[in-house]
Amino acid sequence: MSQTETSATPPVAPEPETVIEVRDVRVTFQGRVGVFEGLRGKKGTQSRAVDGVSFELRRGEVMALAGESGCGKTTTARAIMGLQPIEGGEILYEGKPLPRDLKPYRREVQMIFQDPTGTLNPRQTIYEIIAEGLRIHGIDRGPNGEPEEQLVARALSRAGLRPPENFFLRYPHELSGGQRQRVVIAGALVLEPQVIVADEPVSNLDASVRGEILQLLMKLREDLGLTIIIVTHDLGLAWTVADRVAIMYLGRIVEIGPAERVLMHAEHPYTKALLDVVPEAGGLDRPILTGEPPDPTRIPQGCRFHPRCPVVETGRAAELGIEARCRGEDLALRELAPEHEAACYEAFIRHGDRGAATV
Amino acid sequence: MSDILTLDDVRITYHTSGGGVPAVRGVDMAVAKGEVVGLAGESGCGKSTIAAAILRLLPPKTKVEGTILLEGENVLEMKPGRLRAVRWTGASIVFQGAMHALNPVKRVGDQIAEAITVHQQAGEKEARVRVGSLLEQVGLPTRRMKDYPHELSGGQKQRVMIAMALACSPSLVIADEPTTALDVMVQAQVLRLMKELQRDLGLSMIFITHDLSVLVETSDRLAIMYAGKIVEEGPAELVFHSPQHPYTEALAAAFPEIGDDRFRGKPMGLGGDPPDPAHVPSGCSFHPRCPKAFEDCPTVEPDLYPAGELRRAACLLVPAAKERTGAGA
Repeated sequence: MSQTETSATPPVAPEPETVIEVRDVRVTFQGRVGVFEGLRGKKGTQSRAVDGVSFELRRGEVMALAGESGCGKTTTARAIMGLQPIEGGEILYEGKPLPRDLKPYRREVQMIFQDPTGTLNPRQTIYEIIAEGLRIHGIDRGPNGEPEEQLVARALSRAGLRPPENFFLRYPHELSGGQRQRVVIAGALVLEPQVIVADEPVSNLDASVRGEILQLLMKLREDLGLTIIIVTHDLGLAWTVADRVAIMYLGRIVEIGPAERVLMHAEHPYTKALLDVVPEAGGLDRPILTGEPPDPTRIPQGCRFHPRCPVVETGRAAELGIEARCRGEDLALRELAPEHEAACYEAFIRHGDRGAATV
Repeated sequence: MSDILTLDDVRITYHTSGGGVPAVRGVDMAVAKGEVVGLAGESGCGKSTIAAAILRLLPPKTKVEGTILLEGENVLEMKPGRLRAVRWTGASIVFQGAMHALNPVKRVGDQIAEAITVHQQAGEKEARVRVGSLLEQVGLPTRRMKDYPHELSGGQKQRVMIAMALACSPSLVIADEPTTALDVMVQAQVLRLMKELQRDLGLSMIFITHDLSVLVETSDRLAIMYAGKIVEEGPAELVFHSPQHPYTEALAAAFPEIGDDRFRGKPMGLGGDPPDPAHVPSGCSFHPRCPKAFEDCPTVEPDLYPAGELRRAACLLVPAAKERTGAGA
């Protein structure tokens, strides 16, 4: 860990450095068919789980990827990890495409899953669990020649399990849910990664324990300069921890920008709808989208949100003369304010682009 | 008497091979007619145990003490026949896992009809008509009664469960984490439906969840449980927005409001873990995790002291506690 800062560096805010770049990534899941239909040449329905997602992750930031279940947020996270083969587009790490051999990359980019109990091997001691990562990567000494035991202890204490020696010989079942999630985090930290991808890291934890785990992630970002992607359905969580928020709908990012902008000045009607259902006092009279979460095997034409979109439903889109486009013409993200992008014709018009109305 | 349900010093002890485990350690609670009471707390705090005790759904060897009066009748002393009659007609439960609570090989309409024919001695035909109107009430088309559970989405199944809970027009509906397994948008739809039904039918409800923000939206009053006891109760909005008990404060902070600058970049949490019901800490059971604990907390067990209008809190820092115990910071 070289945390010594050269005092000679001028105090100019440096251009944010991109760690990971996701470029037009696509993931399709093939539905299954029975043997007989298969022989007759029938193909399973294709599910376009991730359908052209692009964004960059900047060093040291916390980015939240949010949306309903089935929107492709977890699949995107898995694709970044190389756990999910991608069909189109590319993922660049520090400017270079992911190599065929992912082992060195995995050391740099670690994932934390939702359910700590399912992640930990119940028959391994905590020490074994943490040391396993080191052994897989053939690391028997730390950067300054520290022995394995010291590396494991350091990871545990960074994850807030102190004194670490007390945990070495314990088994996952002896720990509480919060402690288990800390073990999972320690397992990721022991490899000294640059990036952590956390898939719903607190949704399986008790309410009072959640804050502690999030505090830990924030502290690690501060102390170690980690870059973190958090996949979540909870916009309140995004508000507490994220620098930037990306909202996904049916395999696409429909809005992305600084958390304050996206959550306080949402541009996309879907983001607004998600914000409307965050429970708060006396709020049950706010509009709620009807219908079920959309089906990625049948992505609507045009703006993929239009069948549920209140702007279309209330006739506002027709008034603005954009309804035909909403229903028929696919659209990409556009920057509407500094750093703040959304993909919505109505928002384009609000920001002075009259051109959107002409078909 | 206007209270539909009254719990008086209810204590529930689970029987395990390692001895008795006290899950509920003396709870008083009342639900008035047409009132929604939210019961909040973390896993293991005893909230679901209370729900099960009201309908006597606990395992046979569980020890339940105190009194549970449902419309003036003590549930704990009911004979089996009377108990069977009271379940669904007096009080019903909407469980958490709607996905698993329905019989997968029976049409959903038949499952609702069964509850009606068993309890109200209604004929098949009558029951069928009632099922149709119940489904409409919960926002499902009548033809859905012919569907099997796998043909419905999670939200629709939960609507069927709600229809079933309403089938025998009970005076009390207990909703135990009715929306936790659902997606955010569907959760909002189901919550709104329950609130509308509650208003329209004048139902009394107990709403159980760990998500305080959901409870504030749906409940008139809140009761916060910790380690088998109620630690704070009062009008929902007041309890959520100006908590008197440090635990309530921590629980409320776990569901921050978007736009509230106090939480921006600063997730708030409690140290430590929820206590093991078999080893509840001495004194105030919350003291090992409490950021405001002082020297009296490990030894003096607080009662629920009056803490403002219609409010009570079990904390030695409440002004009324000082008068009663002489303890204080």
